[in-house]
Amino acid sequence: MGEMEELRKEMENLKDQITAARKTFQDSTLQEAAAGVTVVGRVQLKTRKTLRGHLAKIYAMHWGTDSTLCVSASQDGKLIVWDTITTNKVNAIPLKSSWVMTCAYAPSGNLVACGGLDNMCSIYNLKGKDGNVKVMRELAAHTGYLSCCRFLSDTEIITSSGDCTCVLWDIETGTQKTVFAGHQGDAMSLGVSPDFKYFISGACDFTAKLWDIREAECRQTFGGHESDINAIGFFPNGNAVITGSDDATCKLYDLRADQELLTYQDSSIMCGVTSLAPSKSGRLLLAGHDDFNVNIWDMLKAERVGVLAGHDNRVSCIGVSSDGMACCTGSWDSFLKIWN
Amino acid sequence: MSTTNNIAQARKLVEQLRIEAGIERIKVSKAAADLMSYCEQHARTDPLLVGIPTSDNPFKDKKPCIIL
Repeated sequence: MGEMEELRKEMENLKDQITAARKTFQDSTLQEAAAGVTVVGRVQLKTRKTLRGHLAKIYAMHWGTDSTLCVSASQDGKLIVWDTITTNKVNAIPLKSSWVMTCAYAPSGNLVACGGLDNMCSIYNLKGKDGNVKVMRELAAHTGYLSCCRFLSDTEIITSSGDCTCVLWDIETGTQKTVFAGHQGDAMSLGVSPDFKYFISGACDFTAKLWDIREAECRQTFGGHESDINAIGFFPNGNAVITGSDDATCKLYDLRADQELLTYQDSSIMCGVTSLAPSKSGRLLLAGHDDFNVNIWDMLKAERVGVLAGHDNRVSCIGVSSDGMACCTGSWDSFLKIWN
Repeated sequence: MSTTNNIAQARKLVEQLRIEAGIERIKVSKAAADLMSYCEQHARTDPLLVGIPTSDNPFKDKKPCIIL
């Protein structure tokens, strides 16, 4: 038997081992465990603010940690930092490349980042001495589009790319610290764990992967989706992962049980999930879809408990502020809305 | 050579699967109980879940009623 054949056999054996191991620990289901829990009552959120100013489709938004400021990116070639309470534009940053697909706010509030079809992640300093917002670094090395980026601190950022890899960058030197390779399709989205030790990525190979940032390795891979995973996020305690896919469903995977616990789906929902965010306690899951709506799910009971209808085009991004007081949605209709 | 690349890639995949096969797991019943417990503990401080009184809602305009 050639080495290739032996390796293929071993791959199949290991995959069977993983499936068997997961089954051994499946002594129950979340559905059974939560049978006695009452479904959350109907959730009706109202639009409290509409942020107007972008002139084209909004592709991404990210809350600042102060729960008041947020940054949005649009293919009108601008990054706008908004005060969501006054609706004032704190900064309007013109971009070199208008083909932006993602943006991020640093936890410190000092930096924002964005990137897209230029294959680069550009870092902007909001607190420059002369008051002007300038490009601080251009992180270039990806050979595919930048789909998502998230800061670990003012000195480190993680990016996901259409080149199938995720990268941890040193912002000061502008170099790659670690390349996380393993996905067999475009990496579309990433999320950082609450303790900043891990990150998760969702990709066009229909899987989600959990990565140990410092050990630089993939710990776990979760399958089950029948199409590209576009959105991913951690459950607030960091022990579970939620994914959203083009297959119109969201899934909940538990990291310690190493398996899928629930699927959020409804025969009436036929459009892909573009974005997702859990509420502060994790009980609610808000998912943005191609059909212009946001569906709100009771995460424990997998029942739809609300809908946010207000955009005139695809909801491309969603985020819940750190203090849990508001949800922000961004859309191809060029508006952002604040709901609570 | 593409054959050497394929073997190298296959070796990496096997190595990765070994890592994933060897992790420690907990029972789903425990995982589920912990998730439910977290939700319960934090329900009261989840504004989108329990609602926000107008006086505490920074996003709601608090205009006094004008009696004409």
